[in-house]
Amino acid sequence: MTTIRFENVWKEYDERVVLEQVNLSLADHEFLVIIGPSGVGKTTLLRMLLSQEQPTRGRILLDGEPIATEPTADRGVVFQRYSVFPHRTVLGNVMMGPQWAGAPFLGRFFGARRRALEERAMALLTRVGLGEHAHKYPAQLSGGMQQRLALAQALIMKPKVLLLDEPFGALDPGTRRSMHELVGELWEENRMTIVMVTHDLPEAFLLGTRVIAVDKRRNDPQAPERFGATIVSDFEAKCRSVRESRAFEAERERVRLALLAGPSPAVDAPAVPAFETALVKD
Amino acid sequence: MRRIINYAPRPGVRLILALLPFVAVLAIYILASNARLAVEPADKLMPSFASFWTTMVRMATTIDRATSQYLLWWDTWLSLQRLFLGLGISAVLGLVLGIIVGFVPYLRATFEPFFAAFSLIPPLAVLPILFILFGLGEASKIVLIVFGIAPFIIRDVMLRVAAIPAEQIIKAQTLGASTWQMIAGVVLPQVMPRLIDSVRLSLGAAWLFVIAAEAITSEGGLGYRIFLVRRYLAMDVILPYVIWITLLAFLMDYALRRLAVAAYPWDQIKAA
Repeated sequence: MTTIRFENVWKEYDERVVLEQVNLSLADHEFLVIIGPSGVGKTTLLRMLLSQEQPTRGRILLDGEPIATEPTADRGVVFQRYSVFPHRTVLGNVMMGPQWAGAPFLGRFFGARRRALEERAMALLTRVGLGEHAHKYPAQLSGGMQQRLALAQALIMKPKVLLLDEPFGALDPGTRRSMHELVGELWEENRMTIVMVTHDLPEAFLLGTRVIAVDKRRNDPQAPERFGATIVSDFEAKCRSVRESRAFEAERERVRLALLAGPSPAVDAPAVPAFETALVKD
Repeated sequence: MRRIINYAPRPGVRLILALLPFVAVLAIYILASNARLAVEPADKLMPSFASFWTTMVRMATTIDRATSQYLLWWDTWLSLQRLFLGLGISAVLGLVLGIIVGFVPYLRATFEPFFAAFSLIPPLAVLPILFILFGLGEASKIVLIVFGIAPFIIRDVMLRVAAIPAEQIIKAQTLGASTWQMIAGVVLPQVMPRLIDSVRLSLGAAWLFVIAAEAITSEGGLGYRIFLVRRYLAMDVILPYVIWITLLAFLMDYALRRLAVAAYPWDQIKAA
């Protein structure tokens, strides 16, 4: 369970107000997409959630606790560019996080631990479609493959929230489509919360379960920097009950087929009541 | 007729063109030397290649009576020792200070202007101070090299650290890296190729300081020998020594380049 709350968050640089009165609360397993015109503060919003920047006023809560004032492992990130390490191979890049967590001084695993981690990293790389490129360097990969790598690198840390800052902005349309599919699937599989910034509307509504638009509500032509942007609209793009009933149907179908195929229902059985209770609660 | 910048030589032609200036200089020297030797066989200013050869063979294979050493090898050993010590200390200083000061904002704010000012002090101007402080021995010569080169390397490494995209550093933090882990795992490996380049660029300056220090006071060394035999107009020693120093510098540069290619393949891929 991961919830995010923005409580009356403001961001000002000296006299310039960038964001004002941002209030938002986000339930578990949402895919929030932030849209808005260029330079309006979408990325600032994301950076505050990442603790790359601090809010001037207000606070941001993750699971009811104020977020740390510096980036930490509970919030993973994929930027538009430069989010992989050029001096490590693809496999090396994915293995960096766990090695840092487990080996404070050397940052490197040896022996059995290393092999276990390699196996895990390879499984993840295969999942994102980079299995056969594991021993190349990032500079030898295309833009789309580099973004897949950045995703795998972030996912191996199992972050509560995954932040995506225009992750597909530099990709060609075909690559972008396949990345959309991948991100959607990863979001379902890992049941995490994703917050993504984009300026591509179709992309926002394709992926997001909730889409918020950030823009200036008031504007003073004499002093354009007097007022900041805030959330001007908030759409529920994919209704939670619809989402969950679809997941429920899929799950029931799977269990039915499993029951028909052979007598091994014990493993799958608990899944159905879990969804039932979720539906009842909604 | 295309623009001249659009004509590029083929690889074979390129090699011939590259050799051309060397051959031209050699030819001019031989012609001028022959002309002078024809008039005055004992001419000292432009000796023939034969006398270069005999002098060098003498210096490399016979023991000098004053020092009881093979002079060429002894001079080379002394100079290279000074050069390597000076370059090594500068590289280590540059790496450690450059990374720490470049990476930690508080240290950067404190020391960056200081290093900038420090690197503007002409090293040869403080040579007398070094002689007074460290005596006329080896220490002052090595300190001179370090004084001349380390500030450049430190600043170069700092610039490289600053050029690492902020996204990478943020990403490393979201992967749970501590400051030490980021230095060891993200900054250091990416700075190393640049350090090698910056040592390569410093080679010329390092030789300058070695020779300058040796010229003023020394027991031996390539620079010392050149300045010593100047009194006798011994061009048959000076010119081969200059070529020998150039060759040594070239070999070091080449070795460092090969090292960078072998040790940091990812950097080559990125450049390509």
